[in-house]
Amino acid sequence: MGLFNAVGNYFRDSQVWGSIFRHGVPRDRRTRAMAILSNVFLHLHPVAVRKSGIRLSFTWCMGGLTFFLFIAETISGVLLMFYYRPVVEYAYTDIVGLRAHVTLGLLREIHRWGAHAMVIAIWLHMLRVFLTGSYKPPREFNWGVGVILLTLTLLLSFTGYLLPWDQLAIWAITVGSNMARATPFAGHEGPGAALLQVGGVPLIHGGSDARFLLLGGTVVGPGALLRFYVLHCIFIPVVVSVLIAVHFWRVRKDGGISGPL
Amino acid sequence: MIDTYWQLLASAEGGHSDGLIDRLKSTIDYLCAPEYFVTLTTLLLIVALLTYKIWTKPKVAGLIFAAFTFFYVASMFDEDFFKIIKKPDNVPITMMIYFTGFCTWLGFRQAAINDDRMKRGEPLLESGADDKVLVWPDLVYTELIALVLCTAFLVVWAIVLKAPLEPPANPTNIPNPSKAPWYFLGLQELLVYFDPWIAGVLLPGLIIVGLIALPYIDKNPRGNGYYTLRERPFVISVFMFGFVIMWCVLIVLGTFLRGPNWNLFGPFETWDPHRPAALLNINVSDVFWVVLPERLALSWWKPGLPDQPFLFLPAYLVREAPGLVLVGGYFFVLPVFLAQTVFRRIYREIGFVRYCVFWLLLSWMFIVPIKMVLRWLFNMKYFVAITEFFFNI
Repeated sequence: MGLFNAVGNYFRDSQVWGSIFRHGVPRDRRTRAMAILSNVFLHLHPVAVRKSGIRLSFTWCMGGLTFFLFIAETISGVLLMFYYRPVVEYAYTDIVGLRAHVTLGLLREIHRWGAHAMVIAIWLHMLRVFLTGSYKPPREFNWGVGVILLTLTLLLSFTGYLLPWDQLAIWAITVGSNMARATPFAGHEGPGAALLQVGGVPLIHGGSDARFLLLGGTVVGPGALLRFYVLHCIFIPVVVSVLIAVHFWRVRKDGGISGPL
Repeated sequence: MIDTYWQLLASAEGGHSDGLIDRLKSTIDYLCAPEYFVTLTTLLLIVALLTYKIWTKPKVAGLIFAAFTFFYVASMFDEDFFKIIKKPDNVPITMMIYFTGFCTWLGFRQAAINDDRMKRGEPLLESGADDKVLVWPDLVYTELIALVLCTAFLVVWAIVLKAPLEPPANPTNIPNPSKAPWYFLGLQELLVYFDPWIAGVLLPGLIIVGLIALPYIDKNPRGNGYYTLRERPFVISVFMFGFVIMWCVLIVLGTFLRGPNWNLFGPFETWDPHRPAALLNINVSDVFWVVLPERLALSWWKPGLPDQPFLFLPAYLVREAPGLVLVGGYFFVLPVFLAQTVFRRIYREIGFVRYCVFWLLLSWMFIVPIKMVLRWLFNMKYFVAITEFFFNI
């Protein structure tokens, strides 16, 4: 143990360590506060929190796990992007390749099961926040941000569903995106769409409605694959990241983890 | 219906040697028709909300857990049930059932304790606002442990279960049934009862808007930051109905009970693609203009849908007038009546504008079960069917 401590102290006393961690070992109140304050990631937290607020039976830890799963999805997703090409000719074979050639490969499994777990975790987070009445003032706005994040999580999962380009994928997306066809006014089979016409020429038809916008075509084809890929890998994750920042910031600003007033 | 029930029982007994189990299975299959499944689970939820102090006791809850698990595991010996369960993408549903069940218990258990404590004037589980602890180490270590456990869980899951990969996409080969991803199956189930513009666009939109609007409508200042049911019974009941029944139960229904041609199958039934489709559904306009005069047999009222415009009203509005009156009454007259009776206190507390939003959301939420019941009982298809403009409710 003596040697272990000596080596530990040697590193902790070095200039490199001191340049990264601006405080001593977090053993007393001051250094523990410093550990949170001087770390860009940890300072998402306040320095001190209410004791009842961090009880596991109170928070269920579901919000934190949703965030963690989002990070796990981002990392595994970026790795998957190295192997996957979002064109009809290659998409399926790339997934097959990932499965056949990578020994003990878990990347796609972790990404897929992580996505399912994230959907469940975020629902349960909502249930917890609801049951504790934590959406009530002053947290109304943050609850709204959370609802948008929940919706985006479902959309993330939904857009990712298409990418393997197998039977499961295109038909699940076909069923889902058929809804867009019936959007009031904006879908060519939606109520009111027939009213939007100029001199008898309909403005909203199969090639110009909400579904066409979503799929980049009239069927789930190459255009849809590319659009869903871009939405899945870039657009939605960026929006989610921004909203997560807002969400966390507002948790702090609205008084931290909720508790009886 | 009773006849089919006995036929089922008879066939089960005649065909197999193991009578009791098969009889049990066909009884469960029978009870899983949505009219029973949704009704029974709703009743169960109501009972659960009323008796939350009893079933949340760890011993009772443990017993329920054990009984359900026994039933669930025993069911896996059934080939047809196991076929659904073992699909890799359905595994999350099993997890959803268990996690939602556990978390609901956890929340209501603490609500029961808190409500008891408040009655006795004791402090809440969550009280002690000034009782602060440092984030390092108390919170960061909890987070670290949660993170490690979650990672381990995910890795084990990934090792045990391969991600599914079906044959390559083939636009000419439509699988039967075509199901949406499991978390959207509740919405897909709504398609049975509503046109896509309601089931796929309006209702999801209203769910999102409704959830966001919730804190602005719920003006009850109590129950902020702690588990309780007694201080906000109405809001919690409505929310739990929406979350448990209209979302989770419909997902379970869509996963376990919908087979080829979107026909209904019991959990222990084989998915037979050749089973005949459901019978014809009728509109409110058919009932009013055709069925009613036929029954009444009046000399001055001949059965038949009106196809002539009346005064300035186009024919389709005349035809759909009964349905429009019903729907109009539900959306616009009923709230006025309710505001003076059942919702009197709510109306006084939240005011006119909030009450309008509240009713918009509540009425659309409850039109779903209302239409389900009407479909089950009377094969009702549309209240209003203006197919000319794809405007069907």
